[in-house]
Amino acid sequence: MTKLNTFRSGVDETGHFGIYGGRFVAETLMPLILDVEKAWEEARHDDDFWAEFDYLMKHYVGRPSPLYFAERLTEQFGGAKVYFKRDELNHTGAHKINNTIGQILLARRMGKKRIIAETGAGQHGVATATVCALFGMPCVVYMGETDVERQKPNVFRMRLLGAEIVPVTAGTGTLKDAMNEALRDWVANVEETFYIIGTAAGPHPYPAMVRDFQCIIGNETREQMQEMEGRLPDTLVAAIGGGSNAIGLFHPFLDDDSVNIIGVEAAGHGIESGEHCASLNGGRPGVLHGNRTYLLQDEDGQIKDGYSISAGLDYPGIGPEHAWLRDIGRVEYVSATDVEALEAFKLCTAKEGIIPALEPCHALAYVSKIAPDLPKDHLIVMNMCGRGDKDIFAVAERFGFDM
Amino acid sequence: MSKQPETRIAKRFKKLQDEGRPGFVTFTTAGDPDLETSVRILNGLADAGADLIEIGVPFSDPMADGPAIQASSLRAIKGGMSLRKTLGIVADYRKKDDETPIVLMGYYNPIYIYGVDVFLADAKKAGVDGLIVVDLPPEEEAELCLPALDAGINFIYLTAPTTTDARLPRVLEHASGFVYFVSITGITGTRSAVTADVAGHVGRIRAKTDLPVAVGFGIRTPEQAAEIASVADAAVVGSALVDQITANLDDNGKPGPGTVDAVLGLVKSLAEGVRGARKTEKAS
Repeated sequence: MTKLNTFRSGVDETGHFGIYGGRFVAETLMPLILDVEKAWEEARHDDDFWAEFDYLMKHYVGRPSPLYFAERLTEQFGGAKVYFKRDELNHTGAHKINNTIGQILLARRMGKKRIIAETGAGQHGVATATVCALFGMPCVVYMGETDVERQKPNVFRMRLLGAEIVPVTAGTGTLKDAMNEALRDWVANVEETFYIIGTAAGPHPYPAMVRDFQCIIGNETREQMQEMEGRLPDTLVAAIGGGSNAIGLFHPFLDDDSVNIIGVEAAGHGIESGEHCASLNGGRPGVLHGNRTYLLQDEDGQIKDGYSISAGLDYPGIGPEHAWLRDIGRVEYVSATDVEALEAFKLCTAKEGIIPALEPCHALAYVSKIAPDLPKDHLIVMNMCGRGDKDIFAVAERFGFDM
Repeated sequence: MSKQPETRIAKRFKKLQDEGRPGFVTFTTAGDPDLETSVRILNGLADAGADLIEIGVPFSDPMADGPAIQASSLRAIKGGMSLRKTLGIVADYRKKDDETPIVLMGYYNPIYIYGVDVFLADAKKAGVDGLIVVDLPPEEEAELCLPALDAGINFIYLTAPTTTDARLPRVLEHASGFVYFVSITGITGTRSAVTADVAGHVGRIRAKTDLPVAVGFGIRTPEQAAEIASVADAAVVGSALVDQITANLDDNGKPGPGTVDAVLGLVKSLAEGVRGARKTEKAS
């Protein structure tokens, strides 16, 4: 691969990461997308904007999240030192809140009066409903009908927080359809509404903007590791659905050659089974939801549904920056199956007393594969991007435990 | 303005102008509710009064479309319809009718996966005159719009009520064939526009281009079609036709015997509505 001067300069002025990204939206939305871009350009160069963001990150979200040395798991693996970046300790229990705080501050700055969002597992929906409650803004969350049924606790949380939940039956009634429906709402209510997208995907400027909000994860990790070990980590591992927690951890380290970076996709029942949501490992480039990226699709370009035990990874696409980082070879993308993730779930709970969300279990499953063969002074940081409370029902069912 | 491929579209609008009347444009989805029925509908559209035919290329995730056209897309995909087969339908149609302009309308991904250059060559050969690709705004013109113009196919841009005067020249820069004004901020088949508002927007567009302006989204009845056509060069009806198909499906999703007649009957009354509309003089 050609060595670039920096891997951190993206996006370019037309909203692309290499051939990925872009602004593939209907004309009705295009003027608004340009407004969001303009507002974001101004906001990101405004110290006052970041001062408010930092204040809320510290006092409302509870950041910085700890960088925790997982000593017992390290012993268990018998190789590399394993650290967890504890983003599951954030208010609302995942990294999603970093992004929703950032976007609602931008929405307020733009004078928008109404917030919409899509959600799969409900974590982004809860994080959005939370910031809408905090700022007193009406919130409509689109959620696939099957997910509404599967994720009742999160549906109730969102309702308590004052959000209106719209179950989506169109298409196949999953996360991608929830995103279609949110886009339709946006097209119809374009003047007053701000769409808080939950991951580092969608039309420009969303992928770069969401990344910039999530970079707090990597920036903190850098400082904390310096403090604890006096140097940079050797390997970073994070789970990838749309890829926002991963890009947040990875981006601040992209230009550090010594840092090995690995994203872990959800292989569901296995890539070869066809039932997975590993867009990079089992899909190919296409255009959906405003951007070009790797997508699960058939030979006619029709989008296929993703599958994973983890509803948060269950999306047929991936953020465009990951697609670019894959093609240029800076980040390695691997996958872990449902079964491997569940093993990691059990192990982490038993050894560390941390019940992880199923999403980071995919990352931990991969850590468990590589850590034993790495030297004892090799430093791995894994992003513990969410806590497992929301998943106990799904896990109980798999383990045959009657709740 | 960039070069304008000469297609059946320009000829047809010229003819309409000579006749002093606005045009009527139909939209139906290729393969909806099944291949045979959709071809029988297509074959009857021109005789029923369609001046220009839009054929929807089904896509799994039509983000600018309402429930009716989404469902129509999914029915077609379920029945095995694809972009390749859609081009086959057009090629067959051209054996019988070499005059009525045909525009393919859909989303970019199926074309991207087909391969842009191969698609344009195949589409031209099949007899396609124009393309409307909802998720390709001028910002992405290098993807398909510019190659289409080179291949001799019109690329028809959508403009919306949100398209400001400042932005219009950007949208019109490479527009060809006609300009499609989306009369509402919303998805297909939902609410309807106020004619006076539409007239204002059409005026804004006409002030900046000589291309004909067609208006669509939310036109359901012959009366609405007549009203809208009185302030534009053409009126487009889609969801209402698709609804006719839906209404004629049996419990198993199979089309009833009256489906084709029901759709063409509606086309006929809509076309009569449009033909009855008095065409306003184009602002010069």
